[in-house]
Amino acid sequence: MNVRVLRLGLGMIAPFLALLISFGIISLILIAAGDPVGAVWDQILQWPERRNLSNIIDKTTIFYLSGIAVAIGFRMNLFNIGVEGQFLVAALVAAVVGGEAWVSGYLNTALAIIAGMVAGALYAGIAGVLRAYRGVSEVISTIMLNSVAVGLTAFLLRQFKGPQPEGSFIVTTKQLPESSWIPNISIGEGAATEIYGFIYIAVFVGLAYWFLINKTRFGFDLRATGQSMTAAVASGINTKRMIVTAMLLSGGFAGLVGLPYIFGEYHSYGSTFPAGLGFTGIAVALIGRNHPIGVALGAFLFAFLDEQTNALQIVAGVSPEIVKIMQGVILLTVVIAYEVVRRFGVRIEQQMVSRELERARAESTPPPADEKEAAR
Amino acid sequence: MSVPDTGIAPIAAPPPVRRRIPVWWWAVALVAVLALLSLLEVLTDANDLTSSGTIRATLIATTPILLAALGGLWSERAGVVNIGLEGMMILGTFGAAWWAYEYGAWVGVVGAIIFGCLGGLLHAIATVIFGVDHIVSGVAINIIALGATQYLAAITFTGLKGGGPTQSPPLPDLPALTIEPLADALGDVEDNDIFLVSEIAALLRALVNDLSVMVVIALLLVFVTWFLLWRTAFGLRLRSCGESPVAAETLGVNVLRYKFVAVLISGGLAGLGGCFLAMVASSSYRDGQTGNRGYIGLAAMIFGNWRPGGALAGSGLFGYTETLGLRQGGSSVHALLLAIAAIALAFAMWQLRKANRVALIVGGAVIVVGLPLTYVLGDALKEGFDGEGWVLLGLLVVATVVLVLLRRHEYFAAVLLVLVGLAFALLYFSIDEVPGDFTRMTPYLVTLLVLAFAAQRLRMPAADGQIYRKGTAG
Repeated sequence: MNVRVLRLGLGMIAPFLALLISFGIISLILIAAGDPVGAVWDQILQWPERRNLSNIIDKTTIFYLSGIAVAIGFRMNLFNIGVEGQFLVAALVAAVVGGEAWVSGYLNTALAIIAGMVAGALYAGIAGVLRAYRGVSEVISTIMLNSVAVGLTAFLLRQFKGPQPEGSFIVTTKQLPESSWIPNISIGEGAATEIYGFIYIAVFVGLAYWFLINKTRFGFDLRATGQSMTAAVASGINTKRMIVTAMLLSGGFAGLVGLPYIFGEYHSYGSTFPAGLGFTGIAVALIGRNHPIGVALGAFLFAFLDEQTNALQIVAGVSPEIVKIMQGVILLTVVIAYEVVRRFGVRIEQQMVSRELERARAESTPPPADEKEAAR
Repeated sequence: MSVPDTGIAPIAAPPPVRRRIPVWWWAVALVAVLALLSLLEVLTDANDLTSSGTIRATLIATTPILLAALGGLWSERAGVVNIGLEGMMILGTFGAAWWAYEYGAWVGVVGAIIFGCLGGLLHAIATVIFGVDHIVSGVAINIIALGATQYLAAITFTGLKGGGPTQSPPLPDLPALTIEPLADALGDVEDNDIFLVSEIAALLRALVNDLSVMVVIALLLVFVTWFLLWRTAFGLRLRSCGESPVAAETLGVNVLRYKFVAVLISGGLAGLGGCFLAMVASSSYRDGQTGNRGYIGLAAMIFGNWRPGGALAGSGLFGYTETLGLRQGGSSVHALLLAIAAIALAFAMWQLRKANRVALIVGGAVIVVGLPLTYVLGDALKEGFDGEGWVLLGLLVVATVVLVLLRRHEYFAAVLLVLVGLAFALLYFSIDEVPGDFTRMTPYLVTLLVLAFAAQRLRMPAADGQIYRKGTAG
């Protein structure tokens, strides 16, 4: 059998096998904790209702954007753990710019989105510059910048506070004018079954990512630098500039993560803005192997689990926190499975090559004994 | 993990032999820091920089970071990057709370270590046996540990008196040490407010008054770590796995086993750090208690150049800045701005010292002229005058132009330091107090600043973060 086909097949099967294994591990955990295993899986694996489906699609959109932002860094061996902080800063900036409404209609939408992306890019750029020119690991610096972002956004939110409704404890920025909202798309009856119109932008981001990485010179440089820094240097790539550019790009995409909420739901940035989306993006990118379609599948899986476990407390009396264990276990088993499959594939390939060589040698050279005989 | 420069280095000349820093140097450095801080108290209106309360709180804040840093040290010395420290700490907080509530305080300590080790076990299986990328595995462990802890806490603590899904009931106390007569006497000296003497008294007083036994254990662990890793055959082998696993295996060291053990110990230490947070720094487990201390511990260890003493110094720095932010943060962190400005300017002069005399004089002149200017400008900004935005923008543009023009110049670093120093001085003079949102960021910003200036002088274990497969030697 063709080795490449075999390896491709194994690579496709690996995540599903890992998923099955992690389901087994979760079941064991549930049994050990004395929770009803059957009821939990019944709830999780049932077909979602329309209302839940729209939530799942919305979350998939957001996780996907986050995953793509992380994936850009991963393609260059940069661990942008800071998507969390970048998207918070970017969402705040986009909400402020959009709320000010210097221009009207969709021009304002575009301006706000660009402002958010620029803010996210610059915030990630700090880590990029520190890594490229001061040798500070981007893992540490982005984590520190995440914590800084929490305080920074809280401070900025108070500076750009909009008019608040009476008796509300939630501080928000100025509301976006209605002409700048991105309309939701209906997939069923009623307001609860609408999905964010931002999904089109997410799809476009996926395409742009695929094109940028696979079809441009920049993408080639990026992948080359990621696979071998020394080879990249030898072929004339300015790796320092690549590091900064990759971080800027990653931060720019991270800037989009919170925007579906801004343009589709809350229409402002508030003190209760959702957090933790950046960390999910890391997991999603890893499960999807940084491939635009793989990341989409990973995002869907995580969104599905998130939504389906919401009702666990009511239905089965199980703490919905089990979903985080589930996601973590899935992540770990999937990355282990990828590694095992990779090693297996390498070994098969080595065996094939050595067998081929053996055969080629046997065919081309006459038995050495005769040769020696003849020489005498 | 500091990142090695990727430029292909020419074959370097043998590095100059560095004399080892003698032990007494640490004591001198500590006294010097205290002297600087008390000088700062005289110069600014901050008065909480060196009180025994601050030092006590610093010890409390430092210990969990220190334990995490030691955990990171064990693992990275064996060549495994452990970003999962945070998750192992979280597991430790739960383990401590659960077992301490059920079986008593000291069993809680054991529980924290065991739970931390479980996290370490997971990391070891993934990275050492299956060869998964260390950071990927660490990130996964952080996600699992957070979820597992929240899930287990909801099962364990819901319905208990004073407990709930995100909080444990009050936990039994661990013993604390007090030497009363000494503490009283030192308290008198501290209250007398003599320059430097009362600061040293405050430090000593914090060490003899209500000192948690866990702080002592953590400080002992610094010594134990140093002894085991640098003075025993076991330590030599373990470190060799982090420097050159191929060479180690050639010499008969079971590399995978050493790495495995190191990661387990690392998890145990992080778990102990979690125990400290749950049982000493507060008196119950709470959700989100670790607050990124695992990561800060890792940064402290890097700042400490992958050495136990350095890790102690790094943790102390972060613990101290965290404490300042939480106590009278507004004035203390404000004073710290002046200190940062002074340090940056001093470093700039130190760098110019190697250059020719003209550069040194020019640099000195810029500082001497610049500082009063920042004072005048800062005062004007404080009063509030029109067009302040334009002045600041103008200064920013000038600074950027200067930096861009000089970006290839040999004194670039010194120029940058002078500008940074003047910027901090301007910031100091233009505000009276640092807003609360920013004082809480202090440890994170200090981490960034310190790493930005120190990272290139550090040397990590040569094979740190690399995946090793058995049998790849020869």
